[in-house]
Amino acid sequence: MNDTTNRNPLSRARDGYSSFFDTLRDRWATAPRWARWVVYLVLIVLAILLPADGVGSFMSPYTDWPTLLFFPIGGYILLAIGLNVVVGQAGLLDLGYVAFFAIGGYAMAIFGTKMHMSFWEILVVGVLLSAVSGIILGAPTLRLRGDYLAIVTLGFGEIVRIVANNTDYIGGPRGIGGIPHPPSLSEWTIPDNGFFDAIGIGGVQPLKYGALDGKPYYYLMLLLIVAAIIFAKRLENSRVGRAWASIREDEDAAELMGVPTFKFKLAAFAIGAAIGGAGGVVYASQSVSIIPTNFPFILSATILAAVVLGGSGNLPGVILGAFLVAWIPERIRGLQEYRVLVFGGVLVLLMIFRPEGLLPSRRRKAELAEGEGGMGGLGAEVGGPVTVAAGEVGE
Amino acid sequence: MSETAGVPAEKKTGTPVLELRGITMRFGGVVAINGLNLAINEGEIFALIGPNGAGKTTVFNVVTGVYRPTEGQVVFAGSRIDGKKRYQVTKRGVARTFQNVRLFHNMSALENVMVGADAHHRTGLAGAALGLPWHRREERDGRAKAEELLEFVGVARRMEETAKNLPYGDQRRLEIARALATDPKLLLLDEPAAGMNPTEKEELQGLIRKIRDTGRTVLLIEHDMSLIMGISDRIAVLDFGQKIAEGLPAEIQTNQRVIDAYLGVPADAS
Repeated sequence: MNDTTNRNPLSRARDGYSSFFDTLRDRWATAPRWARWVVYLVLIVLAILLPADGVGSFMSPYTDWPTLLFFPIGGYILLAIGLNVVVGQAGLLDLGYVAFFAIGGYAMAIFGTKMHMSFWEILVVGVLLSAVSGIILGAPTLRLRGDYLAIVTLGFGEIVRIVANNTDYIGGPRGIGGIPHPPSLSEWTIPDNGFFDAIGIGGVQPLKYGALDGKPYYYLMLLLIVAAIIFAKRLENSRVGRAWASIREDEDAAELMGVPTFKFKLAAFAIGAAIGGAGGVVYASQSVSIIPTNFPFILSATILAAVVLGGSGNLPGVILGAFLVAWIPERIRGLQEYRVLVFGGVLVLLMIFRPEGLLPSRRRKAELAEGEGGMGGLGAEVGGPVTVAAGEVGE
Repeated sequence: MSETAGVPAEKKTGTPVLELRGITMRFGGVVAINGLNLAINEGEIFALIGPNGAGKTTVFNVVTGVYRPTEGQVVFAGSRIDGKKRYQVTKRGVARTFQNVRLFHNMSALENVMVGADAHHRTGLAGAALGLPWHRREERDGRAKAEELLEFVGVARRMEETAKNLPYGDQRRLEIARALATDPKLLLLDEPAAGMNPTEKEELQGLIRKIRDTGRTVLLIEHDMSLIMGISDRIAVLDFGQKIAEGLPAEIQTNQRVIDAYLGVPADAS
């Protein structure tokens, strides 16, 4: 595997790509604090300018670009960040993640239409509700490992959707309509003059949530994404992140080193669920009506694909993966029904040439090289290189 | 010299820190440990030896909470720990290493040890997510402690390396550092010298003594007789899950039952 000298050009290109990003990552790891802040700032400014028409005409010739940026792109990114906590960090395979997105969405719809709470209140309530439902799902199931956990979460995702479909109070298959938009925070308009026009955001009212302009919703989503990134990153670099990593590597050894593994797995589930729920609340607040089929299993699978494709466990990778998974099918809308075929082909190619994901974390990459980090080992299968059945410690 | 169950051996280093009282461990029809009584005194280096399959590692698994004994009690520092969860046992002050190295292979050496140090940290999710002051303090302390321990076991210069890239001997020592990071009163070492060369074994002896000198009790399983005889204060011999002898190294070496059951065969047959 390490012999790179006499292989075909494609492999060499692949290695080149790989080492390029390794260098980049090492640079980043040793970069001084101020340099990082500059990069963060530049990225945020770029994200703010992203909905500009000039960008949109290339990125999205078929659909309204700001709306596309809000959902699926922004939504997928937020969900992928949440699922990455569960799958990428704690190593738990969750195939029913869409359930938490649905719970957030229905929280917005129910509290907004029936109890007339405001968006901001519902955002808090929805996040808490999702987190609690994550705990309710996790408490009995996280004792399971591997494939069993995957199956149970798969079932949970379906249960939530089917319950919504069969409950008259929340509209059954017709769903809930007339969901209020978030109250506008301000009528403030970005000045419609030369400079702001030139960069494409002149005349936008970024804090006024109306029915027409998608940009304010995108900014709202952006805010949540940034918050989720900060939150996830801080956890990753703390004892919590270390505990998750140790669980992923060798759950038995972790527990014997004093890690309350069950508690930390539950925490990962709750945090993942909370982020998914936040995504659901914002999604519903923009889309006026939601129906159970907005939350199909395939969405769970797509978000998981985004996480794996981007590089499970590595936030920039996961964000990139989510962006591509959301954007490619929209960009190639012109191919009509063939677009799904092309999209599938792209996914297959990526997995052939970048099995560890586009921007894998170093640790994940190493796990894959050992042959224990593929789909099977995507963490569902927790165990060290010497995979030992539960309880068979040491012998 | 053979001795009756529960009677402490003559050379007492201190009060018992760990007592096994009538431990029996059955797996289906197989009796892995049979009515084992053992008292490990504070501050001693106690060796558990015996042929393969004698039940030595099972004893470790019972003590650390991996198995709940079928019968009997495990008393550590005056309170029962059998039936306690594994991480609770660790928090009370029992740490171990593994026969087959079980590091967190893709984490750095430093991170491995920091996981151990986290055993006594209290920061919850909110503290970590918001970067609260006590969390930062714990991180700093944990890191300092880990670096100190890596220095102590002699792996400090490789602390940023991924655990699996360390040479085998260093991996073994890293495992000891990780266990020490949980601040154990009692350290269980499961064949720490396995696969080491003579120089490394020499260093290991020194390390184990150093650990004892920091006030910890060491219980170890080992097949290397010169190492065992060199550092143990007392030795117990297991065969087919039963204790066939217990005493000072010199007594064990001349014990006929031990010679028949164990010392007569090559010591390295693993």
